[in-house]
Amino acid sequence: MKFLIAAGNYFILMAKVFAKPEKFNIYYKQFLREIENVGINSFGIVVIISLFVGAVITIQTNYNLENPLLPRYLVGVTVRDSLLLEFSSTMVALILAGKVGSSIASEIGTMRVSEQIDALEIMGVNSASFLILPKIVAAMFFFPILSLLSMFVGIFGGYILCLFTDVISPSDYIYGIQYVFYPHYISYAVTKTVFYAFIIVTMSAFQGYFVQGGSLEVGRASTKGVVYSSIMVLLANLILTKLILS
Amino acid sequence: MIEVKHISKKFGSSVVLENISVTFQKGITNLIIGQSGSGKTVLLKSIVGLHQVDEGEIWFDDRLYNTLSFNAKKEIRKEMGMLFQGAALFDSSTVEQNVKFPLDMFTTMTMKEKLNRVNFCLSRVNIQNANNLFPSELSGGMKKRVAIARAIALNPKYLFCDEPNSGLDPQTSILIDKLISDITKEYNITTIVNTHDMNSVIEIGEKVVFIHEGKKLWEGNNTEIMNTSCVELNDFVFATSLAKKIKEK
Repeated sequence: MKFLIAAGNYFILMAKVFAKPEKFNIYYKQFLREIENVGINSFGIVVIISLFVGAVITIQTNYNLENPLLPRYLVGVTVRDSLLLEFSSTMVALILAGKVGSSIASEIGTMRVSEQIDALEIMGVNSASFLILPKIVAAMFFFPILSLLSMFVGIFGGYILCLFTDVISPSDYIYGIQYVFYPHYISYAVTKTVFYAFIIVTMSAFQGYFVQGGSLEVGRASTKGVVYSSIMVLLANLILTKLILS
Repeated sequence: MIEVKHISKKFGSSVVLENISVTFQKGITNLIIGQSGSGKTVLLKSIVGLHQVDEGEIWFDDRLYNTLSFNAKKEIRKEMGMLFQGAALFDSSTVEQNVKFPLDMFTTMTMKEKLNRVNFCLSRVNIQNANNLFPSELSGGMKKRVAIARAIALNPKYLFCDEPNSGLDPQTSILIDKLISDITKEYNITTIVNTHDMNSVIEIGEKVVFIHEGKKLWEGNNTEIMNTSCVELNDFVFATSLAKKIKEK
């Protein structure tokens, strides 16, 4: 029953979010601000994690491909496909659910408990649309860029490792990442990321928008936002993978 | 003028407002008083539409407000200004951006016109040289005054104030009360103030409505309140030993 009420409230909120904006230029300014908040501010964490994960996948793959009959360039192939198919879309989305999702839930939750959302409503502003829509659009626009960045940096991380260690030769690695490349993998990853962006922002915003109480409840809403959006990302991953790759 | 007719509100099984009817006149300061938990904030939030009433009617001049659609309510809300208990200024915006926000949202003014209006509203509430400060850099009284400036930016027809004096010292409280009263007269608007501050009642209570356990028990003005026979109101007004001594004299 609780789940049905929450689901109903979520869809009512979405109907408010996608109502016609009061003033497009104000929303555009909000969109640019959110590009910085949800996108550009996540550059650092995505680059650092992708760089290390790319290098670690290279080591682990090499460790598991010790059979001399297997060509060494398979390490490069595996690193590329792991990053393109799963890490740079789903794993990065889970990282962003933690960083961006918690930030959105706590920002909106704090606005709710400090009556700033009520103040917007009293002014005649559609608070749900004004606060959430620019975040959704910014995330759907920028998360795919972060995903693409993660692919490049992850592959580069593996290459750096090859340059400075004797795991495999850089030439084998380069050959591997170019071997039997399907561009479709990139569109698959980008498509998934667009869906994840929507899920992360709306689930987190939903938790923040309906928070009641004080700072403790805002903290709880933030945690719930991360947990629920992560679960929904994993569920969406399963469904989208089945739909796109089957 | 705002008319409330027979409104009731429940939260679950708990009755918070019960059959309240009252008229709030234009050009005077209307006060809703009562103990904490008496239902006055719920009444104010029901009037502005932040809570949906279960029964009754709320009229803004000749417009029945509480049954309107979300979009139709938005049009009336553009005529409202509200001062919240905690001021509710936007944390990440400066004082100037806070006051300018409704102008950005609902007017086609040029930037120069907007800044002129912002500076006028800020000077009206006696705030100077604070345009670029953030709410966290302001005192409690300044926050309330900036919130009033934001509330009057669009020349509202209705002004609502929820506990404007909470957390303020007595002198600042009187300044805020006087400001609300002056603005009400100057712009000839309908003002409703929620308070449990007796100083406010005496200073600006041209019409006072007493709410007790969700019911309206009394209405009158700041002179009549001193001689009321309503027991609950007497207990509220003369709650302190100092007030009791004054009454006895």
